Amino acid sequence: MTGPDARPLLEVAGVSVRFGALVALNQVSLEICDGEILAIIGPNGAGKTTLLNAISGFYHPYEGRIVFDGKDRTHLKPPDVAALGIARTFQNVALFKGMSVLDNLMTGRLLKMKGSFVLEALYWGPARIIDFLEIQAIRKTAAGRLPYGLQKRVELGRALAAEPELLLLDEPMAGMNVEEKEDMCRFILDVNGEFGTTIALIEHDMGVVMDISDRVAVLDYGRKIADGAPEQVRKDPAVRDAYLGVSHD
Amino acid sequence: MTELLYGIAVAPFKDMAGSPAFFAEVLIGGVFAGLMYSLVALGFVLIFKASGVFNFAQGAMVLFAALTLVGLIERGVPVALALVLTTAVMVALAWVIERVVLRPLVNQEHIILFMATIGLTFFLEGFGEMVWGANVKKLDIGIPDRSFIVAGIQINQLELSAAVTSAVLVAVLAVFFQRTRIGRALRAVADDHEAALSIGIPLKTIWMIVWSVAGIVAIVAGIMWGAKSGVQFSLSLIALKSLPVLILGGFTSVPGAIVGGLIIGVGEKMGEVYWGPLVGGAIENWFAYVLALAFLLFRPQGLFGEKIIERV
Repeated sequence: MTGPDARPLLEVAGVSVRFGALVALNQVSLEICDGEILAIIGPNGAGKTTLLNAISGFYHPYEGRIVFDGKDRTHLKPPDVAALGIARTFQNVALFKGMSVLDNLMTGRLLKMKGSFVLEALYWGPARIIDFLEIQAIRKTAAGRLPYGLQKRVELGRALAAEPELLLLDEPMAGMNVEEKEDMCRFILDVNGEFGTTIALIEHDMGVVMDISDRVAVLDYGRKIADGAPEQVRKDPAVRDAYLGVSHD
Repeated sequence: MTELLYGIAVAPFKDMAGSPAFFAEVLIGGVFAGLMYSLVALGFVLIFKASGVFNFAQGAMVLFAALTLVGLIERGVPVALALVLTTAVMVALAWVIERVVLRPLVNQEHIILFMATIGLTFFLEGFGEMVWGANVKKLDIGIPDRSFIVAGIQINQLELSAAVTSAVLVAVLAVFFQRTRIGRALRAVADDHEAALSIGIPLKTIWMIVWSVAGIVAIVAGIMWGAKSGVQFSLSLIALKSLPVLILGGFTSVPGAIVGGLIIGVGEKMGEVYWGPLVGGAIENWFAYVLALAFLLFRPQGLFGEKIIERV
């Protein structure tokens, strides 16, 4: 493993997910090491989102195990997974659209809260996340009214509000322009650097992947075909055939 | 022509000014009637907020709660114990509904869930009739249906207790929704199921809670309506009267349900007493629906409903 710390925070061992006759994930094994940024790449339909859904409990594998922090959590449901300290964002942005940005962050904090909201707001204060993500100007705006790029940023903020150990990002830069992508890259690197959060992300933009990730895992047709440092994966002939050789733009 | 205009725009107000005590009585009657509508509407709002399901069975739940309460009291159970037992029955019902109706239909279209609640309506009516019988029953909870006079205004004791109970219930629910973790979780679930799950909110528990609360609201509504007009199967139809209330107040707003109920209650009583003679009466029967129609045309989200935001 090439991560900064070799201890695996999350271990996916021989996991298969099926939808009827379709095998979306075929005996995939993968480790996410403590403190690293892992990029999961692969052509469309390779099973990337399915893998993320299996880790966060939305799908359950019919074989294999998922171990988080040394404990088996293969069959947990999404709320229980969240309680373990795994937060995620969605490909199509799942925000509380009727709530303000501030309320979205506060709600993301729900699991961590003990007393009343007023007290919580006083001593935790979502201000840190708001400053961090540079969204001061829109804190009172209803999330549903924001442009897409900002919605993705708020969704990241909501995930951060839970102070997760592991953050799963499903295409955090999809549909963004160059400038927004650069901002998002900076946020992801900062989250990893400042909070020490382990991050696994799915991304299509190869430039971004090569820039920010410590390690890259490649899926194709539900199987893992490569796993290693970005430069190493870039040179892998199997990856070139499956993915890099084909233009997706 | 001038006579008609006079009848619409001047005479009613002259009447009001001429007999303020009578005006106050009509007003209070309207407020009481409105609060009763609000109570039923409240049950709708709670479930709609948390699950996006339009629960057609809310009226049947009111009936079922009232039937259960009356049935227990008739069998010699003390009123207080009967209340506790009825609450337990409604919570158990919520649990069953979550397991048997909602869980298998999760992620289905809203219309399918709506149809399921129509089925639930028939089940509750039939089951209630089977267990407790189909006769009209008198519900006596110990508050006399008598009036007393304050400052020349006649006030009905039963209606007054209904109003106070509703007000307390509404206040409690408002605090529950705005200030507690569960309340926030409810709002989150109402907004986006997937997102709610991902931040650790268990959908099933939330549904169970919200249907229980709607069941408890149904008990209160059932007691109030039952004490006023007897426990009978037409109770299930008062749900229809609360539809205009929902359209007025907005389907997602607790205060909206209250204000909507009050507007309709006061509006129809005032209309009936002061403007009714102009059209030969019966304004009370259609006032709410016409008002709702006007709202659907000009302000479909209601007074307090969340504006529908959709990005294309």
